[in-house]
Amino acid sequence: MNTIYNILILFTTLFCSHPFDDGYDIGDIATDFSLENIDGSFVSLSDFKDAKGFIIVFTCNTCPYAVLYEDRIEALNKKYAHQGYPVIAIMPNNVETKPGDSMISMRERAIDKGFTFPYLIDAGQKIYPQYGATKTPHVFILESTPRGPLVRYIGGIDDNYKDASLVKTPYVEEVIESLKNGYEIKQTKTKAIGCSIKL
Amino acid sequence: MKIHFVLIAFCFLACKSEVKTKDNNAVSLPILEIHDFSGIEPYLNLDGSKTYIVNFWATWCAPCVKEIPYFEAIQANYPKHVEVILISLDFPRQYESKLKPFIQKHQLKSKVIVLDDPDMNSWIPKVNADWDGAIPVTLIYNNSKRTFYNRTFTYDELETELETFLTIK
Repeated sequence: MNTIYNILILFTTLFCSHPFDDGYDIGDIATDFSLENIDGSFVSLSDFKDAKGFIIVFTCNTCPYAVLYEDRIEALNKKYAHQGYPVIAIMPNNVETKPGDSMISMRERAIDKGFTFPYLIDAGQKIYPQYGATKTPHVFILESTPRGPLVRYIGGIDDNYKDASLVKTPYVEEVIESLKNGYEIKQTKTKAIGCSIKL
Repeated sequence: MKIHFVLIAFCFLACKSEVKTKDNNAVSLPILEIHDFSGIEPYLNLDGSKTYIVNFWATWCAPCVKEIPYFEAIQANYPKHVEVILISLDFPRQYESKLKPFIQKHQLKSKVIVLDDPDMNSWIPKVNADWDGAIPVTLIYNNSKRTFYNRTFTYDELETELETFLTIK
């Protein structure tokens, strides 16, 4: 049995381009990070002393799905940052593979779109594998607890990438509302198409 | 009367140029088969004698585009035993501007089907429970075996995988 398990692990390691079995699951404690923001400062979760939680969004400039969600990500920050649940956007791609995701491009996009959330670059590509992000956009909702930031939700933003007005279930909003009100989270994981993170 | 003549002449000219454009499109651009997931699902469960290679891709996805020639080559090299089905996740607004020109430019011989279904959480798990939504992904199946690949392929890698399906039959 052990051998089969080892072979499986070896197989996964050898043949999976995405480490999709790794990373956080619901109930894990997320480690903090210190990543460069588009204004040159470095941002950590611990900087947000009063945060009740975080909406971590792995996103980028170049993925069409991420672009379709830009306004909705900004709307989430506008709605929830002052309620204690700020959006932290992290760009996970290798900028040599995707020059359109360079720090300069990120800054220009943020200015054009009027982003009010931190837009950080995972320059060493060390943070996204810890979370287990595999694509953009990919959301992780954390709740601040005495033990640390607890992973409460992993998945998509809502159920209609094409048209925000046709959304039936705004996954992220439902999770934050549940956290705010102490309700059970109905959907802790959802699936959404995205662009694979570029190595 | 004069106005009539001008109008008729105008119509004639307008119609003529329109017909010409349409003809051009008909000759050059492929017709797309577009489905929501219920229309795609049968292609994930075909009951024929072939081994089916189903690839989820999009023209905007660089790693997907890179491996399309390998799927095409497999289709060409195993015409009797393999059917490649390329399921495009391109956006509707890019069907004309990106997808059709891509199919035309690369002279794709494999079957291309378009999946247009925004409620992704409802159908992604039906393709495979382990798929979290990043593309490209590929499903290879036949009557006796079914494997989902959350990875990219080179031609040799694809052929090696395919052989495991062909030998067990």
